[in-house]
Amino acid sequence: MGTPWPARPPGRARRWAFADGAYRGLLTAFALFVFVIAALIVYESARGSGLSVRTFGWSFLTSTEWDPVAGRFGALPYLYGTLVSSGLAMLLSVPLGLGAAVFLAELAPRRVGDAVAFVVELLASIPSIVYGIWGLFVLAPFLRTALEPWLIRHLGFLPLFEGFPFGIGMLNAGIVLAVMVLPTIVSLSREILLSTPRTLREAALALGSTRSEAIGVVLDAARPGILGAVILGLGRALGETMAVTMVIGNASRISASLLAPGATMASVIANEFTEATGDLYLSALIEIALVLFVLTLLVNAVARLLVHWAAGGRRDVAGTA
Amino acid sequence: MSPAQPSAPQRLQPRGPSWNRRAWNAGVLSACWLAAATVVLPLALIVWHLLAKGLPAMNLAFFLHMPKPVGEPGGGMANAIVGTLILVALGAAIAVPIGVGAGVWLSEYGRGRFASMVRYTADVLAGVPSIVVGVVAYGLVVVPMGRFSALAGGVALGILMLPTIVRSTEEVVRLVPRSYREAALALGAPRWRTIQQVVIPAASAGIVTATVLALARAAGETAPLLFTALGNRFWSLQLDQPMASLPVFIFDYARAPYEDWNRQAWTGALVLIMLVTLLSAVLRITLRRLPGRS
Repeated sequence: MGTPWPARPPGRARRWAFADGAYRGLLTAFALFVFVIAALIVYESARGSGLSVRTFGWSFLTSTEWDPVAGRFGALPYLYGTLVSSGLAMLLSVPLGLGAAVFLAELAPRRVGDAVAFVVELLASIPSIVYGIWGLFVLAPFLRTALEPWLIRHLGFLPLFEGFPFGIGMLNAGIVLAVMVLPTIVSLSREILLSTPRTLREAALALGSTRSEAIGVVLDAARPGILGAVILGLGRALGETMAVTMVIGNASRISASLLAPGATMASVIANEFTEATGDLYLSALIEIALVLFVLTLLVNAVARLLVHWAAGGRRDVAGTA
Repeated sequence: MSPAQPSAPQRLQPRGPSWNRRAWNAGVLSACWLAAATVVLPLALIVWHLLAKGLPAMNLAFFLHMPKPVGEPGGGMANAIVGTLILVALGAAIAVPIGVGAGVWLSEYGRGRFASMVRYTADVLAGVPSIVVGVVAYGLVVVPMGRFSALAGGVALGILMLPTIVRSTEEVVRLVPRSYREAALALGAPRWRTIQQVVIPAASAGIVTATVLALARAAGETAPLLFTALGNRFWSLQLDQPMASLPVFIFDYARAPYEDWNRQAWTGALVLIMLVTLLSAVLRITLRRLPGRS
């Protein structure tokens, strides 16, 4: 990307060279600070988790034992909880979000589309703690008294839906996360659909396609960008803390049932960090933060490359994660 | 039909898609309608419950009084409201100069590999989970200071605000027409004065909007404050002491086994959303009235 400046005229006085240089240096220092902060995040989480990494090595990621009293820490239940709750959220939100994005971009009149897109973006500005108390006080009683007993009665033969209707647990966390990542998926996918060439639609319709077949053609063209939007949503779900902490039940064990309480990497940090006694305990929690950081880093890096590539480098996605 | 015969007129009529393609079409289109309706539903439900459960306990005392001990009815979250404002201001004091500076640099000087690395790093920072930022701020500030403090919370919020401010500032400053810069240079202004007194003021409305958006987001953050600013049931305006904040209060009150506290958590959530909206409205209006200089 070029700078928006005309070339310096050749005979221009160099009177201001020093002031210009100093000003530029100052701004460059601010830009460097962005790196410094990124480096500090890496450095701090690596340093803090050093003790735990040295003590447990790779078994930290494969052990299910989380015993602060005995000083043995394994993060597998939390890794599992994070992956399952986020996976469940994507399972719910991807079809819904895609359908809504197609509706907003292709079917609705432009003004309706803009209005609904605005409402959806409002969802993104609600603090996660608000989703949390909604999940805890509204969704959980509904699940406990209505949805979960129904699931147990009709699908209880599956290990996925056996157990007791607690209300809070993996299912609740998955639903709340789905609601939270929907704005990301819907608004980005809509923008990507709107940026595909009109001619694609027109050509498909001219060949005798129905609307839905034409939409299929457009979706095909927009696939990398939509995939990027979905993965960005996944990145958000993986790192989400407060809402999940409030509705997942905070039990550090792995259960096949979605109705059972669980815990995620983010929720265990939120719950136990201030109570962590002893260096090893604290270090183990920081290592969980490190693992979570690396996981979201990978997911976001892939997503941003996909979105960037799909939008031809034009669209800004900085504020949407 | 043999090819020798002229085709009947009705063969020239477009027949339209077959019934199964039409049925599939109708199915897909109505599924999209349904999906859009389902996506809007949670927002409607959340707003409805916020109002229904938050409004009854909302009164002047909530804004002016301190939290009461368990069992005593009434009380408010005055300290938490003030605390949230202080924490956000602290975060802004860190993030706004750096973020606007880096954004202006990206737009005005940002060329080549270093600039794209800064852009990419800012984008990556935007994806760092807020709880991880909390852990980092704990290591950076709480451990050396030896105690939880408002300052640590401000640092955490500042790190969270930074990427949005950087990238949005770059976007809006880039929108300032090239002719502005040419005109200033033609008048003999050096480049730094052109940027400082022509380009930035021209983009100031956009910069303010972007900044306010970042502040509003940060005001609702809970996770990075849990073990930095911690929370406080008493008045505390000292930056080196633990400080109350609205989101942490809501979290504690929602998980407490007392119905009265749960009610107050709902009210707190409603107040938080109102505060965020009000904050952005007020900041936008007042900052836009300032003479075009920043």
